[in-house]
Amino acid sequence: MSAEGTVGVGRQRHGGAWVARSKAAGRLAVTVFVTLIGLLLLTFLIGRVMPVDPVLAIIGDQADEETYRKVFTQLGLDRPLYMQFLYYLHDIFTGNFGTAIATGHPVVQDIARVFPATMELATLALIGGVLFGVPLGILAAVYRGSWIDHLVRIFGLLGYSIPNFWLGLMALVVFYAGLGWIGGSGRISFHNIGVVEPVTGSVLLDAMIAGNWEVAEDAFRHVVMPALILANTSMAYISRMTRSFMLEQLNQEYVTTARIKGLSGARVTWHAFRNIGVQLLTVIVLAYGGLLDGAVLTETVFGWPGFGQYLTAGLLTGDMNVVLTCTLMIGVIFLSLNMLSDMLYRVLDPRTK
Amino acid sequence: MSQGPAPATAPPEASKSGLKAWLTADVALSTTQAAAQRAYFSWLRFQANPLALAGLVVLVLLLLMAIFAPLIATHDPLLQNLEHRLQPSSARHWLGTDEVGRDVFSRIVYGSRVTLYIVLLVALIVAPIGLVVGTVAGYFGGLIDTALMRITDVFLAFPGLVLALAFVAALGPGLENAVIAIALTSWPGLARLARAETLVVRSSDYIAASRLQGASSFRIIWRHIMPMCLPSLIVRVTLNMAGVILTAAGLGFLGLGAQPPMPEWGTMLSTGRRFMLDHWWIAAYPGIAILLVSLAFNLFGDGLRDVLDPRSEG
Repeated sequence: MSAEGTVGVGRQRHGGAWVARSKAAGRLAVTVFVTLIGLLLLTFLIGRVMPVDPVLAIIGDQADEETYRKVFTQLGLDRPLYMQFLYYLHDIFTGNFGTAIATGHPVVQDIARVFPATMELATLALIGGVLFGVPLGILAAVYRGSWIDHLVRIFGLLGYSIPNFWLGLMALVVFYAGLGWIGGSGRISFHNIGVVEPVTGSVLLDAMIAGNWEVAEDAFRHVVMPALILANTSMAYISRMTRSFMLEQLNQEYVTTARIKGLSGARVTWHAFRNIGVQLLTVIVLAYGGLLDGAVLTETVFGWPGFGQYLTAGLLTGDMNVVLTCTLMIGVIFLSLNMLSDMLYRVLDPRTK
Repeated sequence: MSQGPAPATAPPEASKSGLKAWLTADVALSTTQAAAQRAYFSWLRFQANPLALAGLVVLVLLLLMAIFAPLIATHDPLLQNLEHRLQPSSARHWLGTDEVGRDVFSRIVYGSRVTLYIVLLVALIVAPIGLVVGTVAGYFGGLIDTALMRITDVFLAFPGLVLALAFVAALGPGLENAVIAIALTSWPGLARLARAETLVVRSSDYIAASRLQGASSFRIIWRHIMPMCLPSLIVRVTLNMAGVILTAAGLGFLGLGAQPPMPEWGTMLSTGRRFMLDHWWIAAYPGIAILLVSLAFNLFGDGLRDVLDPRSEG
């Protein structure tokens, strides 16, 4: 392309970029919408392939034929499958997710109650994963091929390979039963329940806001181990990605130039690190979604009264309302985080403009 | 290939054993020799990576343990002995006994069969599905591609364990259902990979040539595209197995996978959990077994990637 050509179409190009961007945004919106309908269809189908008869689940196997038929019709099971799906969509979009067997409350209400606990755990785990993962990744990249690099790699591989629920059980054996350093099951000791006013949804923060350091310490002793163990996987992921982003930067010519100019190793590293910020942010957003998945088992092990424990309790009682709503919710959160990560990348990285 | 002149000076290896000379000859004289040479050099590259080799050794040991379980196990894995319950390690029970007096070591040995069964079954289900969906989507493009990729997007929109849990909830607990659930959640990644590989080779000259010769789409995909996707697919399946083992153990731990008294490692953790605070060995050893095998798959997969698929390092 010639120089005058580019100057001549400058304005037009600007307009073209805008059109291209709205087109890209439109395409993303359509993709997300189709995927969302897909999520709903999948959860609907999972509910349908269930070999357990939904009618028998309600009336029991002692009921007579007539009752059976009545409930069958009430549930809309006599309608064609696509109509049932439309009714399902209607229910979802009007916020009707059904009632949980165990609590008797609407599932949405239950989830709203337990979700802050999961958020507290996952957020602390993410902070842990970033605090450990990023420096380890940088060290591994800067000292590529050295023993530090190998150590970080093995550490990362262990993070991917270790069954976190087992690590949790062992931590309870050693630090709770053996040494007594950490609290046991739950978010807080029994005698401290309800002592501080719930404000933020995080017991630890609430206690600190109230200035009740005794409760804060108790909350910390309860949250530290599950958070660290949950952080394990995200740390492995974040350190691996940081390493590969850093390596990419350290091989660039500007780094060589900076070195030739005599900048110290730390300055050069800082230069390179500033350029991986956007990529790193998108990875951290994605890691958060992974933490919600990991929370299911970690919460079960530590008796953490969050969404994961609620889901597994629903699984064990065969409560499909709970299972499907939790699945759908996690799917939507996951999808949103993916979109957020994508958008952050588009907005923050100047190269994508 | 085999038309080049013989080297003027024979390499030093030629004076060694015949097989090695055959494997390292500068000029392969037959396709068999060429293939053997390629395998040999791949092996040399693989064995230069000690961690990958360690992974392979663990996996081979696992296989041997599964095959010869009755010879290796010291006790019947299902035999209860309430007189000897919750005993620590001893000469009689190497890794102690569990809450109903079963020998933990023997249960771990037999558990290797369950683990291999899960891993092989998942691989056998997942690899063909991923391969077919990915190559068909990539080769035909257009509407077929869009439709298939939207379906994979939906599956990828769920984190693995949560989706597997939902499937198990619908299908009912049990080992086979856990395998189906895990397989249903792990094919989309492979389909994506196979599609990406297909897009690369689709526009190659040799594909165009076979199309001009009148080869059907089926034949092109089957004979010319799928073989090109295999190396990276094998690597990915191997690496996936580490996650599959963790998910299967997780399902077992939640009581939704293999059912007691089957000696599955995750299920052992689940039943031993109530007693572990005072009797740590019940929970410790099955977990170590899970960790070792999962780590072995990760190490082996990493090494395999360096050999088979050197482009995708990272």
